[in-house]
Amino acid sequence: MLQLYETRVSSRLLLGTARYPSPAVLAEAVRASRTEIVTVSLRRESGAERSGQAFWSLVRDLGVRVLPNTAGCHSVKEAVTTAHMAREVFGTPWIKLEVIGEDDTLQPDVFGLTEAARILSQEGFEVFPYTTEDLVVAERLLAAGCRVLMPWGAPIGSGRGLNNLLGLRALRAHFPEVPLIIDAGVGVPSHAAQALELGCDAVLINTAVAQAGKPVAMAAAFAQAVEAGRAAWEAGPIEPRDFAAPSTPVIGTAFRR
Amino acid sequence: MRILVNGVWRESGAAGLDLVLTELGYQDAVVSTAVNGEFVATGARAHTQLADGDRVEVLAPMQGG
Repeated sequence: MLQLYETRVSSRLLLGTARYPSPAVLAEAVRASRTEIVTVSLRRESGAERSGQAFWSLVRDLGVRVLPNTAGCHSVKEAVTTAHMAREVFGTPWIKLEVIGEDDTLQPDVFGLTEAARILSQEGFEVFPYTTEDLVVAERLLAAGCRVLMPWGAPIGSGRGLNNLLGLRALRAHFPEVPLIIDAGVGVPSHAAQALELGCDAVLINTAVAQAGKPVAMAAAFAQAVEAGRAAWEAGPIEPRDFAAPSTPVIGTAFRR
Repeated sequence: MRILVNGVWRESGAAGLDLVLTELGYQDAVVSTAVNGEFVATGARAHTQLADGDRVEVLAPMQGG
């Protein structure tokens, strides 16, 4: 089981709800992924079109927990206000806190992030900060009240996998008790398996499923990869080495003197 | 009175935020509101009076990653 604040979940796969070909495919992908948590957002609603209402009805019918984000926020003020609005609409203290610092990479503004995390934690939010693998930032986020970290694997939507394995390993080693959820950049199931194999607790996938040729099949593939990766971590992977080590016993080898 | 609702200027005869929302077709919709960048909870809408030039955000659940 994975504990996120006071909540325990079985699935180590979180799924985003954006960019699917249709609402029906989204719903089917959520079921195929066996996820228990989906991410959602808030956007401007037109009084005439009310497109958000149908989406919210669909998500509620899925019977999963929601993790609202503050995507698109570029300042502490915007992120904090959006978090308040999300808490009211979605009825959860959870907030995936994003304070974007740079538009090409969508990398977090870690200074604004720690400040917003401090404010929201004090107000009773359970903050899931979208951060980098930086150890010092992680420490500041934990000091600000965060009890989960969401380091990126690679830029959002890039599908490049885990860009800084060493950094993520260091993060895992420094904070062995803090749930780590890889938040961005995962492209294929092997990336997700790799994240779990190196001890990350979960992964959040969106584009890699939503934009796949067959999103529902890809959701199922990610579910398998995450389970395999976690099982591997629990089984204790061997350490890599630079030179060969024969797997077949050398004692008794024929034709040797 | 002219107010900026979700980035679009609107003429409104109402002053209370709750009445403005009804006027714009949001009645019964699941939305959250902010005025001039400050969150306004549902329960506070009735006694939130808008003034000319105020910026109102009306947000609803949307797909997100």
